[in-house]
Amino acid sequence: MVVKVYGPAYASTKRMLVCLIEKEIEFETVPLDLFKGEHKDPEFLELQPFGTVPITQDGDHILFESRAIMRYYAEKYKLLGTDLLGKTIEERGQVENWLEVEAHSYNPPIYTLTLQILYPSKLGFLRDENLIKESEEKLAKVLDVYEEKLSKSKYLAGDFFSLADLSHLPFTQYLVGKMGKEYMIRSRKHVNAWWDDISGRPSWQKVLQLYPAPF
Amino acid sequence: MVVKVYGPIMAACPQRVMACLLEKDVEFEIVHVDLEAEEHKTSDFLLRQPFGQVPAIEDGDFKLFESRAIIRYYAAKYEERGPNLLGNSLEGRALVDQWLEVEAHNFNDLVYTLVLQLVVLPRMGKHGDVVLARSCEQKLEKVFDIYEQRLSNATYLAGDSFTLADLSHLPGIRYLVNDAGMGHLVAERKHVNAWWEAISNRSAWKKLMKLVNY
Repeated sequence: MVVKVYGPAYASTKRMLVCLIEKEIEFETVPLDLFKGEHKDPEFLELQPFGTVPITQDGDHILFESRAIMRYYAEKYKLLGTDLLGKTIEERGQVENWLEVEAHSYNPPIYTLTLQILYPSKLGFLRDENLIKESEEKLAKVLDVYEEKLSKSKYLAGDFFSLADLSHLPFTQYLVGKMGKEYMIRSRKHVNAWWDDISGRPSWQKVLQLYPAPF
Repeated sequence: MVVKVYGPIMAACPQRVMACLLEKDVEFEIVHVDLEAEEHKTSDFLLRQPFGQVPAIEDGDFKLFESRAIIRYYAAKYEERGPNLLGNSLEGRALVDQWLEVEAHNFNDLVYTLVLQLVVLPRMGKHGDVVLARSCEQKLEKVFDIYEQRLSNATYLAGDSFTLADLSHLPGIRYLVNDAGMGHLVAERKHVNAWWEAISNRSAWKKLMKLVNY
């Protein structure tokens, strides 16, 4: 049975798509147009009452929240493909620590930047320049912490690549690409090396190739 | 070795960790962090938690921060002890993680903002933004409607037993019901109300309430 993944074009979905590819798990995708509001259709809300992507359908099992999906597949196929959870309970603890950091400290400002910089042309609203400035400042502070952390270990959870690093790929790709804020990464030596490493992985290159962004 | 939990006992995120440790019967001591004196912004504390937030833990040589990472760690480390907080299978665990993520992304920020405006700022002698609080309240009504639907199909969020997904809600809902005058959000929903009664009457949570001494 092949896993179905809804909404592959969007950043949150790509976070778990790259995980499936690292784990060499077969999947098929179901396109959704969020700009047409397809995530607010009653059929979709039956599957995901909060109306966000991604969702996965694996036989009878429906799962939502990208970071929950990532954790599930990384654990279920622990022995297949890349190990994304560390080798011990303590290493897993560090993975969880930095995955939570991505979710609570990194994602909010970068998500706001994405909404304010990339969405207006699609949805026809005016950018809030104050909000952009504030979000960039917040993100810069987070990146300073990352710079310090990555001067001590190759990856966020330690010297091993994990879900914590992978989770950063989709929105950071927007940051260095269409948002035109590559300098935020390039100006930080260790963040820069880390970004080149994780974004250069074949799994991520495959996602970029197969699922172009909606912008 | 006793786990050290850094943070004020009154704050929601340290409470999330302490509730888990009590469920798992793991001994801990609280190392108070004075938020009003900005102790969490000192260079010493930033070495422990570089974002200047509570809680952080120290367990011998092992250090961790982010409350939802800490509870996942201890729930896994002591899987065989006390209640199973992670579900009975990989699929069960996936649902625990799903609803933990829901709490983190759809619930937490609304509760945090509302409680800040209606409870914390006034306690500090400052004006809270009542309009912002009302807007959070309206959004929380919608979230609780979804919880009501979910809990009409399952006793707990992730299925038939109490897990981290339910536990993670305890501190925030306590603030809503007891301090922010938002009890109606729970009381007006039959299944949410029954769920809240069940989870807030657990002996581990009651032990924590005694420790906090509200």
